[in-house]
Amino acid sequence: MGKMNSVTGIMETGVTDCHPASVPDYVPVEQLRELQLKRLQAVVTRAWQYVKLFRSRMDERGVTPEDIRSLDDIASLPFTTKSDLRDTYPYGLFASPMKDVVRLHASSGTTGKPIVVAYTQEDIDVWTSVLVRCFAGCGLHRGDIIQNSYGYGLFTGGLGVHYGAEGLGATVVPASGGHADRQIMLMKDFGVTAICCTPSYFLHLIDRAAEMGIDMHDLPIHTGVFGAEPWTDSIRAHMEKMSGIDAFDIYGLSEIIGPGVGCECRHHQGLHIFEDHFYPEVIDPETGQVLPEGAEGELVLTTLSKQAMPMIRYRTRDITRILPRRCDCGRTLRMIDRIGRRSDDMMIIRGVNVFPSQIEAALLQVEGTLPHYQIILTRVQGLDQLEVKVEITPTMFNDKIGAMQELNAKLQGALDRVLGIRVRVSLVEAHSIERSEGKAKRVIDRRGL
Amino acid sequence: MKIKQISLFMENKPGRLSVPTRILAQNGIDIRAMYLADTQDYGILRMIVADTQKAVAVLEAQDFVVKVTEVLAVAVSDRPGGLADVLTALDGTGINIEYMYAIPYPHGDGAILIFRFADTEEAMTRLQAKGVNLLAGEEILQKK
Repeated sequence: MGKMNSVTGIMETGVTDCHPASVPDYVPVEQLRELQLKRLQAVVTRAWQYVKLFRSRMDERGVTPEDIRSLDDIASLPFTTKSDLRDTYPYGLFASPMKDVVRLHASSGTTGKPIVVAYTQEDIDVWTSVLVRCFAGCGLHRGDIIQNSYGYGLFTGGLGVHYGAEGLGATVVPASGGHADRQIMLMKDFGVTAICCTPSYFLHLIDRAAEMGIDMHDLPIHTGVFGAEPWTDSIRAHMEKMSGIDAFDIYGLSEIIGPGVGCECRHHQGLHIFEDHFYPEVIDPETGQVLPEGAEGELVLTTLSKQAMPMIRYRTRDITRILPRRCDCGRTLRMIDRIGRRSDDMMIIRGVNVFPSQIEAALLQVEGTLPHYQIILTRVQGLDQLEVKVEITPTMFNDKIGAMQELNAKLQGALDRVLGIRVRVSLVEAHSIERSEGKAKRVIDRRGL
Repeated sequence: MKIKQISLFMENKPGRLSVPTRILAQNGIDIRAMYLADTQDYGILRMIVADTQKAVAVLEAQDFVVKVTEVLAVAVSDRPGGLADVLTALDGTGINIEYMYAIPYPHGDGAILIFRFADTEEAMTRLQAKGVNLLAGEEILQKK
C-alpha cells in the first residue's frame, strides 16, 4: 500500500527503482568490462589526439593509445591532477572545439582562479543519465517533487541535479541555496517529496523547521539525496530520526562531471560508481601504485565517455576503497566506501572547497603581512562553522576599540569574499597559537567526521 | 604636555589581567592609571606607568603586543560642572574624543581626566587656547 501525498493527492506507490536509464546498472560484469575497455581505448585516443598535455605526458612515458589492450593497462597511463587544470586554465584540457561545447562550469581553486570544466551536448546527456540512475536508485520516480537546494550557477550541483531530476520525469523545485525559511515553506506548500542539498544544510533545515513549529515527519518529504561534503552514518541516523526521510549519499566532482559519479541505492551498502562512464581505481597516494579491491587509498577516476574534457586517471584526493562485495540490489556496478577524508589539505566546508592557502591570501590582502593563524572547524547544529584565529601583530594592533573592530570586520570581509562562506574571525594574543617544532598547527577539525 | 600611554592587547579570559600587572610589579614599575576596554573576545588595557620605556621592554619580552600612544591629562575640580567646563572647551571644534578615563587627583580634591583624541596635537592647541590646563607627565606620576 502506498501513502498519499497530502498536498498533491498523488499516491506514492513506494515501488521500483527500475527506470529505463538504469539498465546499464545491471549488465553482466563481463559485458561491462568489455564496454569499459572499448570506451577506455576511445577516450585515451581522443585525449592523445586533441589534448597537448595528455599527449606529451604519454609520449614521455612512451605509451601510445594502441598500448591499451586490457583494462589493467590503464596503470601505464600518467595521472592527472587538479593543478593540471589550473595550469592549463581556462581551456587547455578541452578535447572539443568551442563550437561543440554547450556549457562551462567552474569551481574554486587555491589561487582564487577557478578551474573550468566543459561539456558537449553528449556530455550533458551522459551527466543527466547518471543522475537519473542515481535518483532511480534512491527510489525516486515520475510524480516525485524534488526540491533542488544546491546553488545554481557555476557550481555543478545546481544545474546537474536540476537536469537529472527533470530527466527522471520528476517535478523540480529549483530552490537553489539559502533562505531556510523559504525552503521550508516550499517543502510544506508544494508537497515536496525529496530534497537535494548538502547534508549539513539539511540538518540546518531540520532545526529551522523545528523552530518554526514544523515537524518534518508531518511533511510529504520522504527522501534526501545529499552530497558535496563528507558526512557520517551518525549524521545520517540523526537526520533520518529527526525528519523521517531516507537519506542517500551521492558522490561527484566537477573535474569528472559533477554530482552523479556514484550514489547509494536503497540498500545503503556503499556508493555505486557508474563505471560504464567513470572507471575507478584506488591507489597508494604516496607511491601511485594501484591497490587491490578492498584496500583503502586515493580514488582515481577516468572518464570513459567524456567528449569535451576527458580526464585520464584523475587523482580525486578522496580517500576510500573499492568494496570487495556485491550489493544486494543486484547492480553489477562496483561500490566505494563513503568518503570521510582527503589526502591533501583541502577542507570541505558546507560543500565549499577551502584551502589554507586561500585563507593566507585573504589575511595577506588585509594587512600586507601574514600573521600566525589557525583554522578551527566545528559543526554546530549540523552546520559547519569556520573560525579563523588570527594572532595580533604590532602593526595590526591599535589602542582604539573601534579600529580593532574595523580590522576584525575587514579580515572577515576578505575571508568571506575569497571563500564564499561565512567566517568568524577571532583576534588572539601573539604567540597564543600552539606551535609544534616552530610550525603552527594550521587546521583543527572538531567536526568529528 | 603630552603623556605617554601604553596599550596591550589581551584576550578576554579569566586570569589574563593578572599577567601583565604581575610583570610590571616584578620589574618595580608603578601603574599610575589604567583603563580596560573590552569586547566579548578581547580587551585593550591602557596604562600610564612610571617608566614607559622599561614597561614596553619587559612586556614585549613576554610576547605582549604593546603600543605607545600619546594622551592628554586635565585636572578637574570636584564640583558640579567640573567636567562639563573642560568638555565645553571642545564644543564646536570638531575634535573627537576617542576615549577617556579618570583617576583621582593626588594633590587634593578632584580628578585627572585622561583623553585620547584622534588628533592629539590639534586637541592640545584648542584646549590650551581655551585656557584649559594640561598636566605634564610628572604631575600624574607624583604621589601624595
